[in-house]
Order: sequence, then structure tokens, then C-alpha cells
Amino acid sequence: MTAATADERGPVTTLATPIALDFDFTPGVAQSRFLRGLEQGKFMGQRCSVCGKVYVPSRGTCPTDGVPTTEDVELSNSGTVTTFCVVNVPFAGQSIEIPYIAAQVLLDGANLSFMGLIQELPATEVRMGLRVEAVWVPEDELAPSLASVRYFRPNGEPDADYETYKEYL
Amino acid sequence: MAERCAVIGVGQTHHKAKREDVSIAGLVREAALRALDDAELTFADIDAVVIGKAPDMFEGNMMPELYLAPALGAVGKPMIRVHTAGSVGGSTSIVAAHLIASGIHKRVLTVAYEKQSDSDAMWALSVPQPFAAPLLAGAGGYFAPHIRAYMRRSGAPDHIGCMVAVKDRQNAMRNPYAHLHLPDIDMKTVQESVMLWDPLHYLEACPSSDGAAAMVLAAEDSLSGRYPPAWVHGMAMRSEPTMFAGRDQVNPRAGRDCSADVYVQAGITDPRAQIDVAEIYVPFSWYEPMWLENLGFCALGDGWKLTEAGATAFDGDIPWNTSGGVLSSNPIGASGMLRFLEVAMQVRGQAGEHQIDGARIALGQAYGGGSQFFSMWVVGSEKP
Ligand SMILES: [Zn+2]
Repeated sequence: MTAATADERGPVTTLATPIALDFDFTPGVAQSRFLRGLEQGKFMGQRCSVCGKVYVPSRGTCPTDGVPTTEDVELSNSGTVTTFCVVNVPFAGQSIEIPYIAAQVLLDGANLSFMGLIQELPATEVRMGLRVEAVWVPEDELAPSLASVRYFRPNGEPDADYETYKEYL
Repeated sequence: MAERCAVIGVGQTHHKAKREDVSIAGLVREAALRALDDAELTFADIDAVVIGKAPDMFEGNMMPELYLAPALGAVGKPMIRVHTAGSVGGSTSIVAAHLIASGIHKRVLTVAYEKQSDSDAMWALSVPQPFAAPLLAGAGGYFAPHIRAYMRRSGAPDHIGCMVAVKDRQNAMRNPYAHLHLPDIDMKTVQESVMLWDPLHYLEACPSSDGAAAMVLAAEDSLSGRYPPAWVHGMAMRSEPTMFAGRDQVNPRAGRDCSADVYVQAGITDPRAQIDVAEIYVPFSWYEPMWLENLGFCALGDGWKLTEAGATAFDGDIPWNTSGGVLSSNPIGASGMLRFLEVAMQVRGQAGEHQIDGARIALGQAYGGGSQFFSMWVVGSEKP
């Protein structure tokens, strides 16, 4: 008996080839302000001098007006859930237990929402307009990273009226 | 004045979860050869190749167009790579059409693909970033909150998304190339499928597919092919930042501006009345009513009423996605080109069982990224 030829064994279909990459990221001036704020347990944003809108985190410019944003603004620790989704799908690299609530949180005083994790509330009870507050890691663990914010939780205030956040959807 | 441009050949692969019988090169070549056959041409007749796909990180092949050149007969010819996330198949078609419209080339082959079985798109779309909490669970996790916002804003009842999911899968039964063939699908099946990204059920989301699409575009003096040409009446691309204060994430301005531009070029003032059939990028069910409004087929807040009334069904007055759409086949990079290709098939009269009788004017649309890239074209059976 001779060994089977390559043709008899058929094509090799797929091979897993894992790839890992580590990146260095230079935040720049505006994002450094945001990160330094997180390191101190607060949210720092920037106001556009033309439209007056407050960006958090700020990228250093207002995309609408095309001007640098120079005025620093400290934002509230509380905000409103404008919209959300309940994630019930696991995927590679995700460490949060499912189901979890990924919400768009609009901090008081900001004009742009960002995605935040909502905890201390059953997934079935989350709703648009829910008032929440940031829960930070202990002071000695604060770092220039969004990992300094553990999650958001209900702050006990009545739900925000739809009219107050409908422009942010 | 720009040269007239026509689609004279179309080709696509059978889209599947895993095409283990072909490499990426084999996949794109399969679609390209079908398009050339439809145009009754060979690679030798082609002046230039324009190729598109979603981010390289999906399959881990950087600049794949370089190694795909021989498989596409592009050696020694101009070859351009286009990249606009999920809308790329549409943008690729438009870049190819510009090479004809500008008078630079006579016949251009354009190809788009994705081999999702080689990739991990969910991971690639959810890579941790220093300024964002690691919460994003793929495209579904990104779009579900905006769908919820649409439901709140329009007052749409919960079942509309499931209706779209059923309709597009029933349409896919008419399309032999579609990935999903689900003969028994009904409202109950969709509503009882797992709630992956609340408010989105599993069956309201697109599949992951391997597949490719290709078209041969030609100038007016270089026509050939087995079917009459599909003439390009208008084409446009628009983009906007993913994040800016006051951004309307449900009804993005870039989409509205893009369609307004295309409609002016094509002489369309009443899309619902003048467009016979449309292939629109609907990867998650609710994007049908959302894009009905964004594309001006109805007033704001009324999109879901058209879906509910059956206006977009195969026998409705504005059939949308008679091929089964992205909900039935999603080779990401190719998905946008399939929209453009399918409407060309409609006005050429070659769509077989999913042909809308007498289709003369048709709209293809693709979007991508965080709803920040849009590309559209209107094709017609008559010269513009
Ligand atoms: Zn501004």
C-alpha cells in the first residue's frame, strides 16, 4: 500500500492562525484632559466656542463647526439613559456576564452621550430616561482610563422626561 | 458632460456560511467569471478592476487586493481598492462607474467580497479602545439602541421588525444564490428566537456569509451581453462623523443628503411613485422602516406603517429586497454591491423568480460603519 495522494485526501479546508497585536496609543492634548479627569474621579469635557455644545470625551475639535474646542468643562457624575440594549450574546474577549445593559448615558451638562454599563438593576427594569450615576473604582486604583468607571447605577431620581433627551437619540 | 455608464454583466456566488471549497481568490474569481460570461466578455476585454471589501482585520489579510490581482485578470492593469466599511460594495460600484463616466475606461470589472468563515467580524468590530467602555457586542449591540430610539420616536409597535424578518426570508426562497433558505419561517418563529440584543431577536439579524459579487460596467459605445444594459441614472456617496452633538442617529443626515443628490440626478421627485423596486441595506429588520423614512419614501414616523401595510412586500407597490436582502445573505463587503447588482438585474429583466414584472427604475442603497457611510445609485432600463 502506498500513502494516499494529496488529491485523494482532498483540499486542506481551513487552518486557525491566531494573531495578537499590541498597540501604543498617543491620546493627544484634548483626550489627555479627559483621561487626567478620570484619574481624579471626574468627567472632563470641552465646550465649542461657536455652537456652545459640550463634548465628552472631547477630541479637541467640534466636528460641526470645525474649530478647536478650548474651554474645559467639568461634568456631573449623574446622567440620563437616552437609549440602551440588553446584550445577551457572548463573544471572544468579553468579560462581562450576560445579559448586561449597554446604555447611552448623557451626562448632565453634556451634549453627547457615550456607552456605559448599567448595574445594580435587573435587565428587565432598565428604561429610557432612567437617571444614573457613575460608580468609580477605589481612589488608589484610579487611572487615566475609562476602566476607572466601574459602571453606572440608578441614582434614585425620578425618570427624565422624554422631551429633555429626545434631541440626543 | 459625463459619459453614460451601463451595467452589462452581473455575477455572484452562492452565499453560504462556509465556502470551504474555495479560497478568497477562488471566491472572487467565481463571481467575476459569471459577470464576464453574462457580459459575453473575457478578462482580456477589461480595462481596469475596482475591488472592495470590509475591514482587512476581519480575515486578517492586509491589502488583499494585491494578491487577488492575478485571480481577477488585473495583472498589468489599473486596480483600485475601495473601503467604506459595510457600504463598501456600493462605493466600489460607484468608483468603477466614475471610471466609465469620466471617459477614462471603456469596460471596468468591479468586485466585492467577504469570507466571514475565515474571519471573526464580531471580535474585529468590538476591539477595546482606550476611550470607550468594552461593551460593544458587534454590530447588533451598536444598532439595537438606535432601533429602540426609532421605536420610541415613531411609536411603532413591537412586531414590525419581525414582519420584515419574515418578509425578506420568504423573498429569499425565490433567490437560488441566497444564503438563508428558511421555508417554514413565520412570525412565531422569529418572535420565539433568542433575544440577542434586546430589542433585536436572533432571526431579526443578518447571517454571517461567505460570498462575492461582480459587475462589468461599460461605456455607451462598448456594450455587449446576454441582457439589455442597466443604465446608471444617478449615483452618490455621503459620510458623516459617528459622533457629534446633535447627530440624528436614527435618521442620519448623510443618508438624507445622499438620496437627495441621487434623486436630483435621476429626476425623481416622488420616490414611492417613481421607483419600481429597491434593494436597500437592511442588516437588522428595523432598518427597513428607518430607511423608508430616511430615503423619503414616506413622511417621518410613517415608515413602519408602510411595512405593516405590506407596501414593501413582493406584491406591494414598492417591493424592497425581493432578493431576500442582507437579512438573507451577508458577505459584508459584497452586501452593498449585491444591492446595486440586484437592482441592475431587475431593470435588465434577469432576476428570475424574484423579478418584479416591468421594473424600469430601481434604487440600490448601502450603508456602513455606525450609519456614517452611504452609497446609492438609481438604474433604469432606458438611457438617462
Ligand atoms: Zn460647535
